[in-house]
Amino acid sequence: MAIVFQKPKALSDVPLHYCPGCTHGIVHRLVAEVIDELGIEGSTIGVAPVGCAVFAYNYFNCDMQEAAHGRAPAVATGIKRANPENIVFTYQGDGDLAAIGTAETVHAAARGENITIIFINNAIYGMTGGQMAPTTLVGQVTQTSPYGRKVEAQGYPIRMSEMLSTLEGPSYIKRCSVDSIKNINDTKRAIKKAFQNQIDKKGFSLVEVLSTCPTNWGLSPVEALDWLRENMIPHYPLGTYKDIDAEQKA
Amino acid sequence: MAKRDRLSGNEAVAVAMRQINPDVVAAFPITPSTEVPQYFASFVADGKVDTEFIPVESEHSAMSACIGAQAAGARTITATSANGLALMWEMLYIAASSRLPVTLAAVNRALSGPININNDHSDTMGARDSGWIQLYGENNQEAYDNLIQAVKIGEHPDVMLPVMDCYDGFITSHAVENIELLEDDEVKAFVGEYNPDFYLNDRENPISVGPLDSVSHYFEHKRLQAEAMKNAKKVILEVAAEFEKLTGRKYGLFEEYMMEDAEIAIVVINSTAGTAKEVVKSLRAKGVKAGLIKIRVYRPFPVDEIVKALKKVKALAVLDKCDSFNAAGGPLFTDVTSALYGRADGIKVINYIYGLGGRDVKTDDIEKVYERLADIAKTGSVGEIYNYFGVRE
Repeated sequence: MAIVFQKPKALSDVPLHYCPGCTHGIVHRLVAEVIDELGIEGSTIGVAPVGCAVFAYNYFNCDMQEAAHGRAPAVATGIKRANPENIVFTYQGDGDLAAIGTAETVHAAARGENITIIFINNAIYGMTGGQMAPTTLVGQVTQTSPYGRKVEAQGYPIRMSEMLSTLEGPSYIKRCSVDSIKNINDTKRAIKKAFQNQIDKKGFSLVEVLSTCPTNWGLSPVEALDWLRENMIPHYPLGTYKDIDAEQKA
Repeated sequence: MAKRDRLSGNEAVAVAMRQINPDVVAAFPITPSTEVPQYFASFVADGKVDTEFIPVESEHSAMSACIGAQAAGARTITATSANGLALMWEMLYIAASSRLPVTLAAVNRALSGPININNDHSDTMGARDSGWIQLYGENNQEAYDNLIQAVKIGEHPDVMLPVMDCYDGFITSHAVENIELLEDDEVKAFVGEYNPDFYLNDRENPISVGPLDSVSHYFEHKRLQAEAMKNAKKVILEVAAEFEKLTGRKYGLFEEYMMEDAEIAIVVINSTAGTAKEVVKSLRAKGVKAGLIKIRVYRPFPVDEIVKALKKVKALAVLDKCDSFNAAGGPLFTDVTSALYGRADGIKVINYIYGLGGRDVKTDDIEKVYERLADIAKTGSVGEIYNYFGVRE
């Protein structure tokens, strides 16, 4: 029988632990496809976060290092500086990248570290059971904002891509979504560019991927995709926030 | 009037917090302590407390916010576990040295690495020299009772130190047990108002908190801190006596279980004490003079009292759910043996490291410890002092 569809080589053949309908699986696959297509499996090193993607080291078929919560960009910096020939990426959620590890994120970007960051933004802390994140939308119900996030008490959701794009350090910052086939294809192109930039020694690249958390949002997978489109995209507009290639052309 | 209920340890602690009604709670979620601020957030949202709840971005900020709030004259409580406590490390010392009686529910979990979410005591044991009072509890009732007492102990004018209410992750934090709760007004009356002598923005008495303390005064301030920890022992017992009047539940520096005529004994902390008491009971039924000491107050360490309780024992095993990596023994073992040295020499003492990263602790394991103690008591031959049980070698 002819094989018409298979897992990328950079993805190990084990069941994912993610909840049904969670979009982590899609983004894992996109990263793995890019690693395959760029032929960098043997030289790629990943850094896993704390959060739902904590077991990423089980899924990516490359050497992986587990970082303490939020420290992945600093750990990745160390790996990359020690061996600049390796392709080094981090895979982090919003609790890791935009809360406890904000300092590491900002300073790795400011230094223009030649690493690739995949940032999963699902507007909630997933692994600990659905508490409010810095990315939680105003009015969004979570375990620690049971009547919705209130600006007076908890402030505003943080837009990481916009904030980081004000720095001179990064070479590429793009926000994507995996809510539709078109957007999944766009996300893959962005991830590929973020890895290619590293190969080309262009410096810090970050792809923010708007993702769903059906379990902690209390929605079915399909409803969760609708919720993402109707609520997250208006607050977190998709698009390229920084691209030194485009700047040079302009 | 006490109320009987069925609650998990985390829920019981959150209820205690609701009854205390602190001015500020700042927290960041980490398993297995997450539920404490989570339950509490619902009390805040439902208007059941007057607390300012701050869902900060990390434990580093959680403890910093607690320090700021407490310095501003607010009664402040937070909760954490393992790496969350480790991320607070810098601030733990600052809270203690600034004499800010923050209360912390420390839900014991193995400290990374390797990363592990299950129970042992490597998190709070590592903080044993941070200047915090440490209370440990065997079950949900003790976690609840200790939190209420912690507030009153820490805020006592002779103490003014932060306090950790330590209890075992999952085993105590998540298991649901019967519990006796106090009425809300009883708790409020017991803890009273927090009225510190010094606080920020007291216009009559302007102060700075945490300024540079150089060669001329640093040592004296640390000496005062050490004195406060000595004072704490008396205050802990006074608060326990008052708590007993209210509840009928008796608390000391440690619990002595069948120690009166014990010839062999173990010293243990937290939930394993429950398992070990079953073993003591069955050994007693066979005529073995076995006993147990469960430490409640680890900081300050009850040196004189523990010597008095142990001096008639022939052979003793100290059980540590944490390793010190000093190639000699666990932290509790070090404290117990240094207490005995020169005060009750001649007792044969061995150490077992057990249960790391949530490894199950069975009555069989503890029976074997007592069997070895019986052999040591009989032969006088100690053998290896630094041991492990429950690990593949």
